[in-house]
Amino acid sequence: MLDAVDRQLIVATQAGLPLVPRPYHALAETLCIPVTEVQARLAVMLEMGVIRRIGAVPNHYALGYRSNGMTVWDVEDTQVDILGAQVGALPFVTHCYRRPRILPDWPFNLFAMVHGKTYEEASGHIAGIATLLGTACRSHDTLFSSHILKKTGLRIAV
Amino acid sequence: MTAKQTESAVLDATDRALINALQGGFPLCDQPYRAVGDTLGLSESAVIDRLQSLLDRKVLTRFGPMYQIERMGGAFVLAALKVPEADYERIAAAVNALPAVAHNYRREHALNMWFVLATETPSGIASAIQEIESATDLQVYAFPKEREYFVEMKLDA
Repeated sequence: MLDAVDRQLIVATQAGLPLVPRPYHALAETLCIPVTEVQARLAVMLEMGVIRRIGAVPNHYALGYRSNGMTVWDVEDTQVDILGAQVGALPFVTHCYRRPRILPDWPFNLFAMVHGKTYEEASGHIAGIATLLGTACRSHDTLFSSHILKKTGLRIAV
Repeated sequence: MTAKQTESAVLDATDRALINALQGGFPLCDQPYRAVGDTLGLSESAVIDRLQSLLDRKVLTRFGPMYQIERMGGAFVLAALKVPEADYERIAAAVNALPAVAHNYRREHALNMWFVLATETPSGIASAIQEIESATDLQVYAFPKEREYFVEMKLDA
């Protein structure tokens, strides 16, 4: 599993990778380890899935995606896993999970995020999911976001 | 209150190509910005400068490794609050003040504040929920993930 050096590497990169020509060398200097070790440790964490990927996280709105909705569905328990995988495979779905219902307030167990440049585009996506789920879905809702209140990502303490 | 961050940005074709390229796997070689630039016909310094500008303009919220805390023994939980409108700003500030809150969105629903808690241990989630409940006097609705079907946060720029 992860050791103290991995942890230091996570703390040093969780806010972002250094924007210098040799970013892994910069991290190596900070951590006082060879650059090859920085690269090897990152490669292992990628392979283990501790790092999903190294890359850019866009602000949806800035890219022109103005209609960002969390769609939620009450899907028959016996079918939710098969259908959830199919919903997740739709090209416009960025996240798709099964989560617990909280009755009576919250009957929904399938969550899928959709993004559209317009409300009409997002509505088309939602209709596509509804068609796929068919009669296995008893009810659904879409919670559009209206403000990003915070978006820093993971922060572990030093 | 935090800026809305919901404006479209002015992006040229090079910005868009760079954003699309950087949503894939960033190389682990000695000069990765140069390697990315080579595929786009950009110099290393042009890649770095544009990336800095995209971050400064908040077109990108971050650039670097995306850590999955569950694989490190930690936990992520989606949670929501029913916040009285009159008190929204104060509650948002109180929730955002917790380091465990990784992101937080206002959504149009009776449950009108949705945030993700990320903690280093599963028990950290329970204490974060308790802290939020005592700071806000509201019930936290927690929606831990039971199964992940798909996650790939990529959008065409």
